[in-house]
Amino acid sequence: MSECTMIEAIRMALSRALDENPDVVIFGEDVGIDGGVFRATDGLAQRYGASRVRDTPLSEAVIAGMAVGAAAHGMRPVAEIQFTGFLYPALDQLANHASRLRNRTRGRLTCPMVLRAPYGGGIKAPEHHSESIEAMLAHIPGLRVVIPSSPARAYGLLLAAIRDPDPVVFLEPKRVYRAIREPVEDDGVALPIDQAIVLREGADATLVAWGAMITDAREAADQLAELGISVDLIDLASLKPIDRGTIRSSVEKTGRCVIVHEAPLTAGLGAEIAADLAEHCLTSLLAPIRRVTGFDTVMPYPRLEAHYMPDTARILKAVHDVMEFA
Amino acid sequence: MPTQPDHQIPDITVFLDPAGYPVHELPEFSRDREALVEMYSAMVKTRTFDAKAISLQRTGRLGTYASSLGQEAIAVGIASAMTKEDVLLPSFREHGAQLWRGVSLEELFLYWGGDERGNDFANARQDFPVCIPVASQFPHAAGVGLAIVQKDEPGVAVAIGGDGATSKGDFYEALNVVGAWMLPVVFVIANNQWAISVPRLDQTRARTLADKAVAAGIPGEQVDGNDVIAVREATERALTRARNGKGGTLIECLTYRLGDHTTADDASRYRDDEDVSPHWSEEPLVRLRAYLVAHHGWAKEDEETLLRDCRDQIEKAAETYLATPPQPAQAIFEYLYADQPQDLIAQAGEMDDV
Ligand SMILES: Cc1ncc(C[n+]2csc(CCOP(=O)(O)OP(=O)(O)O)c2C)c(N)n1
Ligand SMILES: [Mg+2]
Repeated sequence: MSECTMIEAIRMALSRALDENPDVVIFGEDVGIDGGVFRATDGLAQRYGASRVRDTPLSEAVIAGMAVGAAAHGMRPVAEIQFTGFLYPALDQLANHASRLRNRTRGRLTCPMVLRAPYGGGIKAPEHHSESIEAMLAHIPGLRVVIPSSPARAYGLLLAAIRDPDPVVFLEPKRVYRAIREPVEDDGVALPIDQAIVLREGADATLVAWGAMITDAREAADQLAELGISVDLIDLASLKPIDRGTIRSSVEKTGRCVIVHEAPLTAGLGAEIAADLAEHCLTSLLAPIRRVTGFDTVMPYPRLEAHYMPDTARILKAVHDVMEFA
Repeated sequence: MPTQPDHQIPDITVFLDPAGYPVHELPEFSRDREALVEMYSAMVKTRTFDAKAISLQRTGRLGTYASSLGQEAIAVGIASAMTKEDVLLPSFREHGAQLWRGVSLEELFLYWGGDERGNDFANARQDFPVCIPVASQFPHAAGVGLAIVQKDEPGVAVAIGGDGATSKGDFYEALNVVGAWMLPVVFVIANNQWAISVPRLDQTRARTLADKAVAAGIPGEQVDGNDVIAVREATERALTRARNGKGGTLIECLTYRLGDHTTADDASRYRDDEDVSPHWSEEPLVRLRAYLVAHHGWAKEDEETLLRDCRDQIEKAAETYLATPPQPAQAIFEYLYADQPQDLIAQAGEMDDV
């Protein structure tokens, strides 16, 4: 078993998928000879040929729409959008077609496609390159939205997404791409696609996060442990559908919940989780649910980016608040 | 039996060949030494800015930067044809056009250094900022054209994009409405033969990108984008048409991206030096300098003075930029709405609490 980064794990999963299923095709901007701007597809065009790993013309509407057509006609497209900031022309295809084809045709035509896109901030990228738009996508009925937080989870979840019979938007936290190394076994084993992952068990509070925020949440959990506060750390992993059960049972145990996301506060997924807990776990709650999120601002350009990003300090403050409440 | 209509590719507009020899009689404006020197100086300044920007990026003092190396004639040719009333809608590689329009070197450094204030131009206040989402500026240009018509203004909207941009719906759809409504708009395609790693021929089978104007019912033409005189002449013609109520034009400027796509790119992954080197003999500065030397007594001292001047200006601007402190953190809340909503004021307060 080798130690690898998330970008290497993604490449390993793509390669495995190309090996195991001749219907898998990869396309997107610069995914061919260049290997993708983050190198997720590095070497794949050379290895599998230009017919299975294709550079498209510059058109996100075409990338997503072709994925719909190809998927409905028997392929397993794994398409790439270079950055979520450029995904918007693809929303038409996702919201009006990918997510509805099964429902409209009562199961006759389906859409087993994956749309991968790097998302999120923290790497001082130019404007339109750092947004977190998972809530917008999770709001679309019929789509799956999956976000890995580590190399091993990227490998397992991407394989699950590719094998899934329905459309999956697979958002990759670009800040994590090269930041963490961990052992990843290229064994072709997928992770369950609709389950949250309990990364750490504790008694005092529940921390829910996903993507790059897991790194900050874990750091907060470490510091809390030194103070004698133990938390359940939950990686949501599948944002749509949400594994509500795992979160509820954790909060029934701890009585306190802090939700962390990089996306803006208003109408973010934290609101959905908080509402679910208010509806189902009211009697277990010892303190108000807290959200630590990005602000309702445009993602700042690099010089002020750090002020936008939720960090360990803000997470710690929220956990201390709920601990002090009761 | 009718034969296949032979859709001739019209001639490419060019006045100076790569060696700087005139191949046609030069247009009026270019008979004036001063006008030529002004354009040449603007191109040299652009290239000097470029080199400085790259070196700042390499040393961690600027963000990701898109070089315009080899494409200076397009930016300068377009901007020099425009008047104050016109509106520029650039993509992200037209530093030379922005500078000509009055955007300052300090503002360009600020923008590329990751500071929104670089978009708050002291001059050229009606011009649009850099547009990163490819091709999304073209519909804006149609909208500016509409506003110009409604307000009965004399200006023309000029949008610039790359060869890759012509594959997007935004481009075709905007081109179509410009044709349908006869809007005073000029679309310029800076065809540098590459969209990151994708070569022009993989982008489209269209014989020329100018051909894309056919379906919109507006004129399209190709220009030697390394000949600043040709770019300016063609842009002037298109602007005149637009001002005379004759509608839009699509101009394809042929050039070559001599550098990496941006500082985040490594072009050696997808193209060889042998692909690039022949294009160095066609780049725009060499040919205008040769012409100036041959016809206007441009001397070694003139060149040296100009280079020193550009370097001094740019060093000074870079120092000013580097000495400019970031905005206060609260600035992230201050420009979302005309009136800051209560909700945002509360969030701004929370930021201070941590
Ligand atoms: C809609 C959109 N998709 C993808 C990108 C990422 N990207 C930035 S520039 C570029 C290539 C643009 O090529 P071209 O239009 O030829 O302009 P050039 O960079 O050559 O000047 C790509 C794919 C983007 N900025 N916007
Ligand atoms: Mg190009």
